[in-house]
Amino acid sequence: MNLVSLVLVNLGRNKLRTFLTLASVTVALFLFISLRGVLDTLNASIEVGSRQRLVTRNAISLVFPMPQSYGNRIAAVPGVKSVAIQNWFGGQDPRGSQYFYAQFAVDEAFFPIYRKDMEIIEASTPAVSAAVPAGADAKLAGYFAEQTGCVVGEKLMKKYGWKLGQTITLNGTIYPGNWPYTIRAVYRATNPAFGDETMFFQYKYLEQKGMAGSGQVGVYILDLTSSDRSAAIAQQVDAMFENSASSTRTESEQAFQAGFVSMYGNIPFVLNVIGLAVVFAILGIAANTMMMAMRERTTEFGVLKTLGFTDGTVFTMVLAEAAIITMGGGILGALLAKLIVTGTSTGFLPPLTIYWSSVLLGIGIATLIGAVSGLIPAFQASRLRIVDALRRVD
Amino acid sequence: MASVEVRDVRKVYRREAEQVPVLDGISLKIEDGEFVALMGPSGSGKTTLLNLIGGIDQPTSGDIIVADTNIARMKGDELARWRSASIGYIFQLYNLIPVLTALQNVELPLLLVKMSGAERKKRATMALELVGLGDRLKHYPRQLSGGQEQRVAIARALVSDPKVLLADEPTGDLDRKSAEDVLVLIERLNREFKKTIVMVTHDPHAAERATRQFHLDKGVLSR
Repeated sequence: MNLVSLVLVNLGRNKLRTFLTLASVTVALFLFISLRGVLDTLNASIEVGSRQRLVTRNAISLVFPMPQSYGNRIAAVPGVKSVAIQNWFGGQDPRGSQYFYAQFAVDEAFFPIYRKDMEIIEASTPAVSAAVPAGADAKLAGYFAEQTGCVVGEKLMKKYGWKLGQTITLNGTIYPGNWPYTIRAVYRATNPAFGDETMFFQYKYLEQKGMAGSGQVGVYILDLTSSDRSAAIAQQVDAMFENSASSTRTESEQAFQAGFVSMYGNIPFVLNVIGLAVVFAILGIAANTMMMAMRERTTEFGVLKTLGFTDGTVFTMVLAEAAIITMGGGILGALLAKLIVTGTSTGFLPPLTIYWSSVLLGIGIATLIGAVSGLIPAFQASRLRIVDALRRVD
Repeated sequence: MASVEVRDVRKVYRREAEQVPVLDGISLKIEDGEFVALMGPSGSGKTTLLNLIGGIDQPTSGDIIVADTNIARMKGDELARWRSASIGYIFQLYNLIPVLTALQNVELPLLLVKMSGAERKKRATMALELVGLGDRLKHYPRQLSGGQEQRVAIARALVSDPKVLLADEPTGDLDRKSAEDVLVLIERLNREFKKTIVMVTHDPHAAERATRQFHLDKGVLSR
């Protein structure tokens, strides 16, 4: 036996209490790290934006469209290499609302712009030859050959067990009716923030079936020749439509994503508050448990001190007990979150990511909980007078 | 040569604004290898005197010299280290750690000195064999009788080979047979191993085993 094994033996004194405290810290840290994962994923989804890309939307709100005619005028602005159309579709899977995933109608300029963020891993061969836009992956020929073709993320395919060539149907909410699609290509995100759970289909299909050819556009994505003049180009684009019926707001893709995320309200604040509340609740529970455990052993501390254990040794032993429980729970909770939550799909956001920095933060917080919860009982035990601990004044 | 010398020791406890004198000018000398019994009614201050000799409480005034060291004004870690090296303490209620085996309980004082694990185990085993519990090494306190528990406590007190053993009512919680066994053991430690023993007791029969008896009454000593 040594001092370390003495600490471990003491932890096993009330196994149920030790287990429950450890489990509480584990669950709290699991929740905390998972919430950090949601925050990190939100931030990552903002960072998908390239500095070389701008997004133009209706100045009033994202929900109001812009005329299709803006596209050519924007493309004519010096410094704009190409302009793509992207429209939120918002269809519902007929199986139920739990089968939610993001769907966008995009034009032929979209895939060349995002070529570096994704790769086509599986595609149908077209029955008839079809032109593939310059810069787009040649494997998308089958998709471009068929107006109802769609490109689906690899994880979404796996999640719903879809196969290439399968027809899937959506019920339109913004654009009413039944919308059948044929899966003509599967992509894998090379930039994790791009996400593997989105469905893209042809804007022409949406325009003809859903808009009766009126040509309304949700957002324009502007690919620039260089990021140097992005601010000036944004100003120039907005100035062009300043006095039109649909004035525009052009911003970097990153700022656009941030604005999009902010439509959910102040999620980071709410998540942080929940995370901290959980941590503080556990801090209170751990501190109370440690105090109770120490109070029950008051006489023993008196005995140890009588045998010659110094105040410092007693302090260290009590603190070590608290640290082992909370750090053990913290490490377990953080690693479980890393193992279980990483890759969990949220439907709209990219798959959740738990960074090692979050795991380390969680372990750090657990250490802090151990220190704070153990400090008071450790201090009390170390300051305890032997005669008071033994409770006998004869 | 005196193993324990108490010089004009006073001890006053404070209870809120009130001062309660417990020991009033106690002086005594206990020679090396003596077996002394401290007797007196409840509240006479005998345990307080034992605690002062053992360095687990401090006098209000006076000097306490144990094994050539004046501990009256020693504090904190210095006093803890002195206790570890010089004193073995036997409690009335044994005070064994319930989650440790007999062997581990006896090993406890040795955790504070530089010693290999094997050596610690060897010494603790020897101490338990000395008190007749060589076959109870792996037993937990709950698996032992009261007399056996007290013998483990005695083994714990003597494992670090202190010069002085202090016993506070060592037979107070035992039946007659177990009490007799414990007293025989304490006598043996005094006679064969030349330990200086100071024992607090209510029991005149136990006190008869000592070579000298001191009587305390209301904090004042009489022989």
